[in-house]
Amino acid sequence: MANPILVLAEQVRGELADITFEMLGAGRALAIASGAPLYAALLGSEAAPLAAKLGAADKVFTVEHPHLDLAPAGTVAAALKGLVDHTQAGLVLLGCTNVSLGIGSMLAAHSGLPLVNFCRAITFQAGTLTCTSQLFGGKILSDVKLADGRGIVSVYPGAFPVDAGKHDGTPPVEKVDLAVEAPKAVFKRYVEPETGDVDITKQDVLVGVGRGIQTQDNVQLAEDLAQILGGAVCASRPVIDQGWLPLSRQVGKSGMTVKPRVYLALGISGAPEHWEGMQNAQCIIAVNTDPKAPIFDGAHYGVVGDVLELLPVLTEKIKARKAT
Amino acid sequence: MNLYVLLKMVPDTVEELNVSADGQSLDSEFLRFKLSEPDDHALEQALLLKEKHGGTVTVVALDAPEVDDVLFTALAKGGDRAVKIPIAQAGLGTAASAGVLAAFFAAPGAITPDTLLLPGSQAIDDLEGELAPLLAAALNLPYVGVVCGVQAADGKATILKEFAGGLRAEFEVALPAVLGIQSAEKPPRYVPVAKVRAAMKSATIDTAELAPPDRPVQLDIARLYKPEAAGRAEMVEGAPADVADKLVDVLAKHSVV
Repeated sequence: MANPILVLAEQVRGELADITFEMLGAGRALAIASGAPLYAALLGSEAAPLAAKLGAADKVFTVEHPHLDLAPAGTVAAALKGLVDHTQAGLVLLGCTNVSLGIGSMLAAHSGLPLVNFCRAITFQAGTLTCTSQLFGGKILSDVKLADGRGIVSVYPGAFPVDAGKHDGTPPVEKVDLAVEAPKAVFKRYVEPETGDVDITKQDVLVGVGRGIQTQDNVQLAEDLAQILGGAVCASRPVIDQGWLPLSRQVGKSGMTVKPRVYLALGISGAPEHWEGMQNAQCIIAVNTDPKAPIFDGAHYGVVGDVLELLPVLTEKIKARKAT
Repeated sequence: MNLYVLLKMVPDTVEELNVSADGQSLDSEFLRFKLSEPDDHALEQALLLKEKHGGTVTVVALDAPEVDDVLFTALAKGGDRAVKIPIAQAGLGTAASAGVLAAFFAAPGAITPDTLLLPGSQAIDDLEGELAPLLAAALNLPYVGVVCGVQAADGKATILKEFAGGLRAEFEVALPAVLGIQSAEKPPRYVPVAKVRAAMKSATIDTAELAPPDRPVQLDIARLYKPEAAGRAEMVEGAPADVADKLVDVLAKHSVV
């Protein structure tokens, strides 16, 4: 695995996303184990000022073209393919995020490199690169071997520490001139997050509800609990998609990232898309009817049971305790 | 509009999933399948577009357990045509599935200037990547993923793509195009069983014969396995009242009660 490792830096509104540093940290560990150099790819007209923050890379390659600003996956993948050819990179790391979704698949289609999606761990041992991915909502793991360490790996946010990819040094930067075609999908405008009545990112206690809440009416049971705890109700995607709670209450990949003191995950299975948004809560209490639900692998406290049965009892017990 | 929805069956993760003896695939004996959730949203989005702009909705699926029910349900909801490709989806990676579907769409007349291909944005078993971008790459069509809204006018679609933290952005794309649908503008509609039964009696599922892929799986999968229960939660057991008492203690310990 002598070919370079290339990390696609991810940026939103001129800021580097944490996943960039998480991948640089993971890439550095692989670089040390394999002896390959670690490069970062930075695309778009704002690349230059951001490059200085990528000191964890041995070198940063930029393609500074306005067509790459908020470009669709196809345009980014074509430029990335140009950088893979230019740097002779063998392994490409990119974020398993909404921002980067599709880039890896497009790059795989154009480069012939295999893509490994949903990756949570990467090891390089005895000359073999193995990627561990989370499938089926986190219920099954898979180990995939990449021959000669060549491939594209889509990395889950939160799988690697951010700090390992942060380095004060200023990396050498090479500006690469590539022809960039006009994108086929054109960015028009941002649609700002809906501002709800409560900001769930600022709550000490969150009562998260998932599919297990079953009906819109039952959400009130969670509201009752949140109220007595002085917190707020939030939800996983299926509840939001049903329109039972507003978008401003969504936790996870498309929604908010929250770090409350206590997070109650009620009827939430713990699929990676949700886990990503609440994994850093100080205390996670999970209630689910399925004893094999992945949420129990990361929660601090778990209850196998029906949230609808437990919720009213729990609310009453808290009331009673508070009254004493 | 000429709307295609690509439907894929995935194991129902509410059920327990087991790995088969070869360690390479899921044990199919007790597997229950259901329509991949984003695909259900893609169907809803297609039906909403048809209601607004007219046209036809064609649903396309590879062969899989219970897929006929899903195709008839799509027809009962308002789909115009259902096509089944008699190649088993089981054992095909996303790249091979995309290859088969690309061959389907390469047929003359399949893609017209007002065509939208609507796969779900991703599926829970997309180890090799997502269908939407792979299909777009094979057909050389524009692609946007994580789509949560589509408006069409004058041969163009204005779409809403999700980023993170509730931030979304509007993109404009010329048709034909491939849009990976994350969620429809409305929750997927309900259709009574009687209507599905009626569709089963009156409608037919067309078959499209295509060559099976040369390489069903692209990746070298060493093994599939269940996550180890490391760092597992401390389980609180008992009747609801006992569990509640213990949870109140936990909440008190964290100073929220």
